[in-house]
Amino acid sequence: MAFLKTILTLFGTFFKIGLFTIGGGYAMIPMIKAEVVNLGWMTVNDLIDFIAVAESTPGPFAINIATYVGTIVGGDSGIWQGVVGAVCATLGVVLPSFLIILLVARYFDGFKDNRYVSAALFGIRPAVVGLIAAAAFTIAIGVFLGLSIGSGQNLFTAAASASGVSLNWRSLLIGALAFGFSRWKKKLHPIWMILGAAVLGILLFGLPEL
Amino acid sequence: MDQEKSSSLWTLFASFFKIGAFTFGGGYAMIPIIEKEAIEKQHWITDSDMLDIIAIAESTPGVLAVNTATFVGYKVRRFWGSVAATLGVVLPAFLLISVLSYFIAQVRDNLWVAAAFEGIRAAVVVLILNAVVKLSKGCKKDWFNYALMGVSFLLVALLNLPVIPVILGAAILGILYTLFVLPKMQAREKEGK
Repeated sequence: MAFLKTILTLFGTFFKIGLFTIGGGYAMIPMIKAEVVNLGWMTVNDLIDFIAVAESTPGPFAINIATYVGTIVGGDSGIWQGVVGAVCATLGVVLPSFLIILLVARYFDGFKDNRYVSAALFGIRPAVVGLIAAAAFTIAIGVFLGLSIGSGQNLFTAAASASGVSLNWRSLLIGALAFGFSRWKKKLHPIWMILGAAVLGILLFGLPEL
Repeated sequence: MDQEKSSSLWTLFASFFKIGAFTFGGGYAMIPIIEKEAIEKQHWITDSDMLDIIAIAESTPGVLAVNTATFVGYKVRRFWGSVAATLGVVLPAFLLISVLSYFIAQVRDNLWVAAAFEGIRAAVVVLILNAVVKLSKGCKKDWFNYALMGVSFLLVALLNLPVIPVILGAAILGILYTLFVLPKMQAREKEGK
């Protein structure tokens, strides 16, 4: 029964993520952070690591992350439960898009020219940019300062109660190099930047541990 | 629709499977490959259909790749066409990540893998920041857009507010602004001239 509840929560959570993501790809990150991290299925670091994996593997980000979270959450109860979890989460994230497009294709010929739809999007588009920027900010203070904001906390209460917050100069160096690189070679695939950062990570974080 | 009867559900599935298997990052990276398959090779849709599909996909929630697959599938073979195309675009990522998930769990505690990911995290921050810069260029540069960007950033970054109410609030503000504020401003501009 506990497993059934997990499966339904997976489906429901990813349905909600699919339904409220407009713009796709990185626009999904704030929602995933809010839902999946708050449910305790993933830490912020797990999410960042998986963004790198998703950038380096084919397929839409939404499908990648739904399949991954479904597999690990369901997989707590066994390998086949992991497969069931992956199917439910992926189905959840796909269904809103699928159903909405079916409705639009079938019934609303003038949908994209509808004045209320375009008026709502006029507000949603800039807000989504702000939301992704907020996700980038939260992730950045975690990576560079070691400061994480738990659920039910805000930046100020988290900063007041945080311990072990310090500037991580090695991460900052890698981030600065990655930023310079991405400005210099704008057309290059992100996978090369990820590989470069992995090598630097091994040199700066791995070697000193020996 | 009649001339497209020759395209089987299998061809739809296989084409979108290929599209799903060869795009990294999804979303807009997928558009050139969809154009090649669906317009040039299979003649399922025209260039202007493609623009319509992108506009509709952008103005509806959800995953761009799924939106596009469902729409093209529906145009070619109605309901079952949309099922075949959507299944095709989803399956490669699903299969690959299902397998990969077990390996990720096994190698993550390895010292070298952990060190590599420590480095990768810094690069991911840059990737997300670049996405913000790129997306912000697609917005109009006026006070309304800047205000919405700034307020939604502050509400979530500082106060850790939930995301869905912010999106809904922005939609309502967008409707109020275009229906009430914008016409007044345009009328005033005309009077001024």
